[in-house]
Amino acid sequence: MNARPWIAAIALPWIAAAQAPSAGDILARVDANIGSDNKVTLARMIVEGRGVTRTVESRSWIRGMSESFTEYLAPPRDRGTKMLKLGDQLWTFFPESDRTIRISGHMLRQSVMGSDLSYEDLMEDPRLSALYTARLAGEETHRDRPCWVLELTGREPGIAYQSRRMWVDKARDVALREARYAKGGKLLKTTDVLDVERIGSRWVAKTVVFKDVLKTGKGTRFELVSIEFDAKIPEHVFSKAMLRR
Amino acid sequence: MILFLLKGLVRDRSRSLFPLLTVIAGVGLTVIGYSWVRGTESELVRASAAFSTGHVKVAPRGAASESDSASIELALDGAGALLRDLRRQYPSLGWTPRIRFGGLLDLPDAAGETRAQAPVAGLAIDLLSAGSLEPGILNVGRAVVRGRMPRSAGEVLVSDQLFERLGLRLDDTATLISTTRLGSITTANLQVVGTVRFGVTAIDRGALVADLSTIQRALDMDDAVSEVLGFYPDQVYRDAEARAVARAFNEGAAGRESALDPDLAAVMSPLRDDPGLATILDLTAVLTRIQVGVFVVVMSIVLWNAGLMGSLRRYGEIGVRLAIGERKGHVYLTLVAESLMIGVAGSIAGTAIGVACSYYLQERGLDISPYLKNASMLISDVLRAKVTPGSLVVGFVPGVLSTLLGASISGAGIYRRETARLMKEFEA
Repeated sequence: MNARPWIAAIALPWIAAAQAPSAGDILARVDANIGSDNKVTLARMIVEGRGVTRTVESRSWIRGMSESFTEYLAPPRDRGTKMLKLGDQLWTFFPESDRTIRISGHMLRQSVMGSDLSYEDLMEDPRLSALYTARLAGEETHRDRPCWVLELTGREPGIAYQSRRMWVDKARDVALREARYAKGGKLLKTTDVLDVERIGSRWVAKTVVFKDVLKTGKGTRFELVSIEFDAKIPEHVFSKAMLRR
Repeated sequence: MILFLLKGLVRDRSRSLFPLLTVIAGVGLTVIGYSWVRGTESELVRASAAFSTGHVKVAPRGAASESDSASIELALDGAGALLRDLRRQYPSLGWTPRIRFGGLLDLPDAAGETRAQAPVAGLAIDLLSAGSLEPGILNVGRAVVRGRMPRSAGEVLVSDQLFERLGLRLDDTATLISTTRLGSITTANLQVVGTVRFGVTAIDRGALVADLSTIQRALDMDDAVSEVLGFYPDQVYRDAEARAVARAFNEGAAGRESALDPDLAAVMSPLRDDPGLATILDLTAVLTRIQVGVFVVVMSIVLWNAGLMGSLRRYGEIGVRLAIGERKGHVYLTLVAESLMIGVAGSIAGTAIGVACSYYLQERGLDISPYLKNASMLISDVLRAKVTPGSLVVGFVPGVLSTLLGASISGAGIYRRETARLMKEFEA
């Protein structure tokens, strides 16, 4: 009797499993794709609220993972509003009152410019592997793209979302879909990537729909108009003095 | 005959004193209790109407189902046109627009950094128009503790407690940090020109009172308000009328449906339909009925017992009256008539004492502010009784009824006496 087919039948799943990367590796690749270099971005947020749709435009200067400076360009009411993030601190300058307010405590849960994103979302470390442990939950196809399905669990209590489920494009290392949950398992937010583009050596999510499940409205469509990697950003950009300039 | 019975009651005090005192005490307490409940209810309605619901309220449909009344996400657009329509269609009510909002009041230091910060419960009202109804509804002028009323946009009043807590000085500029109707954080510099104390802890804890135009500009609510309140000119809420107005408005509301979001359509509701208030008013109505019911039952039992004791004491007297030929029915009727006299006299005296005490509580009131530190209910810090026509009958009728009932039950023992055994009883 030829034993080779049996051996193959038993061994194939093991071989396949051995070929699948670990959940930690997938998450590390997602983080690596985001990168930690300097960037300058121009973005548009289309906020579909209750009966009103408005477009917010902003330019951001990002240094590494924890420093950013954002200036809002439109609509006219928000033009000139600036936001500075330095590590775990966040300040916003409001031109109408000529005041710089530090956003902290419960204010972090407020919406950014009426969108489905909160200040807490902005403050989060984008390196998910630093915040979560990952488990590979399976493989699915999302928007015709084969994806790894990861289940992330917070390493520390007190983070904005205690767990997440994400669908990572196998070939591009981009999270195409995400569901974010509270500690009790309640769904809080979803993200859905509609458009991915290759810029340089990376795949970048160009259009993302954020939806705060607890809010009415149709969600916030985030469009990345342009992005410049490895940008040269002067040191003074990341200072409080820049907020009033 | 009546005079004869009356003389008997006056001359033999052991027959009348205890039942009389019992009726006076019971009736007096009932009148005070009733007047107190009426006063509390009246104050609750007044404060809720003035600060929250009006006698009728026009608000977006979705706002009624949301617990956070200070959320401005749901607002009435086209407030000017809506106000004109309401004034034209329902001239028997005075209409006034308002915005209720929440936020933080931030006091900067010389460098523009936060020196002190506290949450505020904001109320934007029409303070600056010449014909505004608000000064009369909220008595804002009388509520000013220090400083003055706002005279222009950008000037605000804050509660005296908040003023102290933040260490503010008059004419200081503080920054309101709030959210716009679309949910984004916004700020506005406001000049604090005075402080207020409305005598309602839930409001006085952290109120910020501003002119409507100031807040419309700050919160990106051009021609939009949270609600439009309607008030009867005499400030007396009339439920049936208010319901009729609300029904008429809502029936004609089909054409006003917001094309964008049905939750934004304007609907009118009478004060009595406010979820929190309706529960309290229903509860007070039930409590009043229970109070009167318990009074009648307890008094009847006490007076029945008093009647039984009286019958025992007057055992010989009743026996003699039966022996000399008085009919049992007549004896029974005289006992009931005596109780009626005691009931009427006791009820008059009890009502007089109860009304006098209630009037005192109406004028002086009772300061309950120490118990309202964390209260969210819109109720005055000083509770008062309210003497109403009901105060005159609420104790009187059960006072008379309970004495009659007590005497009727205890007097029935007369019918168990056997005339044939009377001589034996006397021998004993």
